[in-house]
Amino acid sequence: MSAGILMQLGQTLLAILLAPLLLGWTNQCRAWFQGRSAPPLTQPYRMIRKLFHKDAVIAHDATALFRFAPYMFFACMALAAGIVPIIANDLPFSPAADAIALVGVFALARVFLALAAMDIGTSFGTLGARREMLVSFLAEPALLMVFFTTSFIAQSTELPTIVETLAHKQFAIYPSLAFAAVAFWMVSTAENARIPVDNPTTHLELTMIHEAMILEYSARHLALIEWAVALKLFTYSALGIALFVPWGIAPAGDYAALPLAMGALILKMAGGGLTLAFLEAISAKLRLFRVPEYLGTAFLLAVLGMLTHFLLEH
Amino acid sequence: MTLPFHLQIVNLLAALLLLISFAMLSQRRIVGLVTLFAWQGLALAVSTGLVGWVTGQHHLYYSAGITLILKVIVMPWIFYALVKKLDVDRDVEPMINIPTTMLIGIALVIFAFNLALPISQLAGTVTRSTLGIALACVLLAFLMMITRSKAIPQVIGFLAMENGLFFAATSATYGMPLVVELGVALDVLVGVFVLGIFFFQIRETFDSLDLKHMEKLRER
Repeated sequence: MSAGILMQLGQTLLAILLAPLLLGWTNQCRAWFQGRSAPPLTQPYRMIRKLFHKDAVIAHDATALFRFAPYMFFACMALAAGIVPIIANDLPFSPAADAIALVGVFALARVFLALAAMDIGTSFGTLGARREMLVSFLAEPALLMVFFTTSFIAQSTELPTIVETLAHKQFAIYPSLAFAAVAFWMVSTAENARIPVDNPTTHLELTMIHEAMILEYSARHLALIEWAVALKLFTYSALGIALFVPWGIAPAGDYAALPLAMGALILKMAGGGLTLAFLEAISAKLRLFRVPEYLGTAFLLAVLGMLTHFLLEH
Repeated sequence: MTLPFHLQIVNLLAALLLLISFAMLSQRRIVGLVTLFAWQGLALAVSTGLVGWVTGQHHLYYSAGITLILKVIVMPWIFYALVKKLDVDRDVEPMINIPTTMLIGIALVIFAFNLALPISQLAGTVTRSTLGIALACVLLAFLMMITRSKAIPQVIGFLAMENGLFFAATSATYGMPLVVELGVALDVLVGVFVLGIFFFQIRETFDSLDLKHMEKLRER
């Protein structure tokens, strides 16, 4: 049991510490694809450190909610990183939430961030919060459908059972999983505010979604949010790996399998970051009113995945 | 229960067919529609050939060959030429907006899968589980014909429906007799030629390929 808890702590800490690295890697790859000279891999760490050393400026009208939201956002993401099997499966934390509750954890974080953005009463904050809610209420059903598809295959909504079933299944082509994987990719670009739904590097307030919400934050609050955003990307990537390419994740308490799990994780994450950067480099941001269509397609793919599972794989 | 590998591929191609049907439903441009139609024909030809190889039904090779030549090469080529000549490749808004069409499409797929479940249990073929997908493709193509007002997308919808029927025949009974298939292929080809001539006539009369104008036909 204590070994399990140690491993749980190790995994959560690892996720928190490695998350900015994944962001840095993605940014670096994107710079390469765009033919710019790339920022160093550790750039996100430096930014977070710089922001922690600054003095916070807070709007006059801000309530306690505004100060509290970054901590809540970060805590939710850390919790999610503890639940998802990143390097080891079936950790003591994972019964805390199944796949559906995990969607709820992400939603909780989002609600607080949106409320904080509306709290200070600037027009950009409100605009960003509303857009974020528009995007997320379309993305959430699609994400749930993806989870349902995998749950039907594993006959359980518990993440460890799903990963266990999918990792040890005889190799076979699952059209349903292929559909679900594409849908998951589309949803995670929307949820992580990446192109084509949102541009993370934009400086144009009118097109912002996520950035507009956090415009008023500074110093340690902003550092926490940036870190949590990196953690969210990391957790979503880990979730995608756990669901669709789960080979190599160590069983609980098995220290011998850890180096392999770490190696597999780093390789898969590097591949995922490269793919994300490549797809971002070749695609353009969608018009906001085309986003429902984009996420509708994700929902459609997820539903089709579920239906083809019933038809072809039963 | 794990299926043999070639049947997994057939299932994958069936899923691909369904996906392409949805992509056609959401496609706004006519050239894109023609390309998707060609891809659908290719998936159909490959899966037919594969089923023929797996089951030893050699007449399916001819069907696959005819499909490949007609639906992947000749017809898309005719359509590309027509689109270029008629200069109609613009965004066309369908009569119902696209997300709604997609939702209706999902409902149709559920309906088709439910309908096909008892039928496919009666069929004795190895590919019987794909019957539901074939039926769904037919219904989705039908939906596309209903929601589009322009002439060319309607004709492509009609051809996609024929693709779906062809796939249904392959999955339920290993294809129709060769004579029937040859007849259908010839019919479809002639149909495309005749409709191609019609497009010019329609446009000459109404200055547009929008079939809404045909509702107001009056005898002079």
